[in-house]
Amino acid sequence: MLAAVLVMAGLALVLGGVLGWASIRFRVEEDPLVEKIDAILPQTQCGQCGFPGCKPYAEAISKGEADINRCPPGGEEGVRRLAELLGVEPKPLGEGLEHKPKSVAVIDENLCIGCTLCIQACPVDAIVGAAKQMHTVVPELCTGCELCVQPCPVDCIHMEVIKEDVVTWKWRYPVVSIRKTA
Amino acid sequence: MRTGNPPAAGARGRRLYDFPGGVHPEGHKAVSTGRPIAAMPLLPRYVVALRQHIGEPARAVVQIGERVLRGQLIGRPEGYVSVGVHAPTSGRVVAVEPRPVPHPSGLMDLCVVIDADGEDRAVDLAPLDWHRMDPSALRNRLREMGLAGLGGAVFPSFIKLNPGAKRQIPILILNGAECEPWITCDDMLMRERASEILLGAHVMRHMLGAEQVLVGIEDNKPEALACMAEAAAGSDVEVVGVPTVYPGGGGKQLTYTLTGRKTPSKGLTTDVGVQVFNVGTAYSLYRAVYLGEPLVSRVVTVTGHVGSPRNLEVRLGSPISDVIRAAGGELPGATGEVIGGPMMGFDLHDTSAPITKAVNCVLVRNAEHFPPKPAPMPCIRCGECARACPAALQPYELYWYARHRDFGKTQSYSLFDCIECGCCSYVCPSHIPLVDYYRFAKSEIWAREREKQAADLARERHEFRIFRLEREKREKAEKLAKKASERMDSGAVATDDPEAARKKALLAAAIEKAKQAKAGIRPKNVDDLPADKQREIAAIEARRQQLASTAEPSDTRSPTPDS
Amino acid sequence: MQDYLLILIGTVFVNNIVMAKILGLCPFMGVSRKLETSIGMGAATTFVLTLASGLSYLIDTYLLGSELFYLRTLSFIVVIAGIVGFTEMFIKKTSPVLFRVLGIYLPLITTNCAVLGIPLLNVQERHDFVSSLFFGMGGALGFTLVLVLFAAMRERLEAADVPAPFRGTSIAMVSAGLMSLAFMGFAGLIK
Repeated sequence: MLAAVLVMAGLALVLGGVLGWASIRFRVEEDPLVEKIDAILPQTQCGQCGFPGCKPYAEAISKGEADINRCPPGGEEGVRRLAELLGVEPKPLGEGLEHKPKSVAVIDENLCIGCTLCIQACPVDAIVGAAKQMHTVVPELCTGCELCVQPCPVDCIHMEVIKEDVVTWKWRYPVVSIRKTA
Repeated sequence: MRTGNPPAAGARGRRLYDFPGGVHPEGHKAVSTGRPIAAMPLLPRYVVALRQHIGEPARAVVQIGERVLRGQLIGRPEGYVSVGVHAPTSGRVVAVEPRPVPHPSGLMDLCVVIDADGEDRAVDLAPLDWHRMDPSALRNRLREMGLAGLGGAVFPSFIKLNPGAKRQIPILILNGAECEPWITCDDMLMRERASEILLGAHVMRHMLGAEQVLVGIEDNKPEALACMAEAAAGSDVEVVGVPTVYPGGGGKQLTYTLTGRKTPSKGLTTDVGVQVFNVGTAYSLYRAVYLGEPLVSRVVTVTGHVGSPRNLEVRLGSPISDVIRAAGGELPGATGEVIGGPMMGFDLHDTSAPITKAVNCVLVRNAEHFPPKPAPMPCIRCGECARACPAALQPYELYWYARHRDFGKTQSYSLFDCIECGCCSYVCPSHIPLVDYYRFAKSEIWAREREKQAADLARERHEFRIFRLEREKREKAEKLAKKASERMDSGAVATDDPEAARKKALLAAAIEKAKQAKAGIRPKNVDDLPADKQREIAAIEARRQQLASTAEPSDTRSPTPDS
Repeated sequence: MQDYLLILIGTVFVNNIVMAKILGLCPFMGVSRKLETSIGMGAATTFVLTLASGLSYLIDTYLLGSELFYLRTLSFIVVIAGIVGFTEMFIKKTSPVLFRVLGIYLPLITTNCAVLGIPLLNVQERHDFVSSLFFGMGGALGFTLVLVLFAAMRERLEAADVPAPFRGTSIAMVSAGLMSLAFMGFAGLIK
């Protein structure tokens, strides 16, 4: 009986020692998974996921605090890629979230009073202007997050869907009707 | 269909190599070679697209109403991969606007519309002293003159003519293979203007520092071979007849046939020391260097179901409908137009689209030569496509994964080595439009690449913004602390800042003014609307008024700008 | 030497731990969705199994002997758990994505019947130390082989026109069965 206890205790001690050493030796400083998740997120910084930006959302996913289906700009495709990365089943976008075609904010320059509120709201500094000067959106930089629409006191900002041109045009998925063979 | 021929012997006993795959579609070349190249008569109106080449479109440098001369720069190259665009004749610019262009999407693109004045006056054309010019200056000049590859890819020529700092380009190949069925513009150009093509080739050789010049011509063009050989007699330019097999005119394929050098996957022919130019490009280079003329015209084959199929020297910007008319017009029973050949071409959506540098052929279809495609059937994995693929890919695997939108896998099967020649679709017994799947996969991958770049930019800007806000907060805190300590020192305490109140009042006035302006503005597009629409608008306006009046008293969103 | 080779071939093909002994099915079905993952899982299992069979031989022979044989299963589990814990930390450090993708299946190597089965079979068949190592490695390589083959098949099945009721796990089960049948073909390889 004593021998059995000693054997098991010895085993436990040795293994515990090895594991303890390993946990120090292989300590993970920061979770690099966050970077990988962040790379998939579309970086609109729109906050529709309920987090104040893409990086915080990525951190939350990594910790398992947030679901993968909270990002409407990424759409089903984004959810699918997150699912693939994390090895879980893809699922539809969460309640009340809906994927919209990519758009940019446009300021009606006749109405703008130059209050700079939209500039403060823009998460990527895509609006240029100064106090009491007319503001304008740099369309190449705009992520279409809509965060500037609400703060505008004179409602002079609206979203415009980006139209396809010959560069962004994509070949469509070939639509073929497979012939029924008897 | 592997040709299986032993390496054929070229004109001077040059050893030729057989690239894998390839097909033998019916040529239909004789249809359009019966008549010599004719210049198109001057048209009343030209539509010059600003995006005629790969890369950034040119930026218009003319105003509406401005008078332009033939050869005048109307689009300045923007960015590195770009070339200039020029007026095809003298006249007046009437519009700079999106117009239909020959593009598979059928979308519109920015064009300069010129009304010809009928005088066709040219700018002063001065030949270039290419022997003595600095190579970089010469390339810049060619960039401005709009030179781009006329074989179909329209890649800016000045980039291809740059041998690079270290890269040795010992071999220059002139591509006169013209393997695509129906098209004969290079054939006719070689028959009629062989010596000019070779003059252009000499300039190319000089610029690249190439030791050897080879001209590859498929052996189904004996006249062109003879003319080129005659023009090349006495020089060390080697004119080689290559076996007729589609796509023998692909740059990588022709390079292999002539030199046995295999272009590495994802590489260019320059990686193996070969640069390939279309004969048409060499001809336009001749015109640019010896005549000082920018690229304003090209030879276009108009063939198929038209009155008199032929090759025309067409000014860039000529509407395609006019070009078809010049070739006798469409015959009854025409079922549409194809830009390019039947293997790689695409359907034209609108015949008002202009000829661009990329258009080498306008092919009018009819039911006899272009019967409707049979419905595709499931892939039976017979492997015919793999045997036909000139890039030695596995088309059935690419199809399998492209169809399932597994783009990562398609890339691991070297999707981007696919030249979209259409051999696989041509041989497929199940009539699967394989190339359409590859194009779909490629453009999806490109779109993702663009999205990723946009996302990276946004991330960077967002992170910088966070950093900036924190810095500002810190600076402000420091400032406040400083001020506070100063105040402590002076003992004076300001109760209220009159300046802030004044600012607030000013802002409120500005908001009010904007609101009034908004109410006062009548949208421009509501004239001559039907009565029911007017009513609808009135109803919406009324609702808006009501909302505004209810919202007015409790307007809590009064702005507080950065105070 | 020949004996060891025979052990290796025998365990990889003839007595394949998954296909012939039907052990270790849960990771076989669980982590065979993607090729990269299955390779990672195979590598982790090979590492754990080889080490576990060697260590458990030593423990069984020198620590337990014939008196404490009733502690066999218990001590084996402890050893395996220790090795798995170590592997887990190692993978987390070196490949966080693989760690995430392997998910629950990584700690579950501990209770993987194949991993416990092989040390027990070693004892049962009275292998010496080197044979034990080879037996462990062979079993793990066999596991990796079928896992990778199966993952490659499933990747292809993903894109196939499978009738709706058979999609997903059902068709995977069917193909696993067919694969097992195919492995029966090796049965006559070694007498």
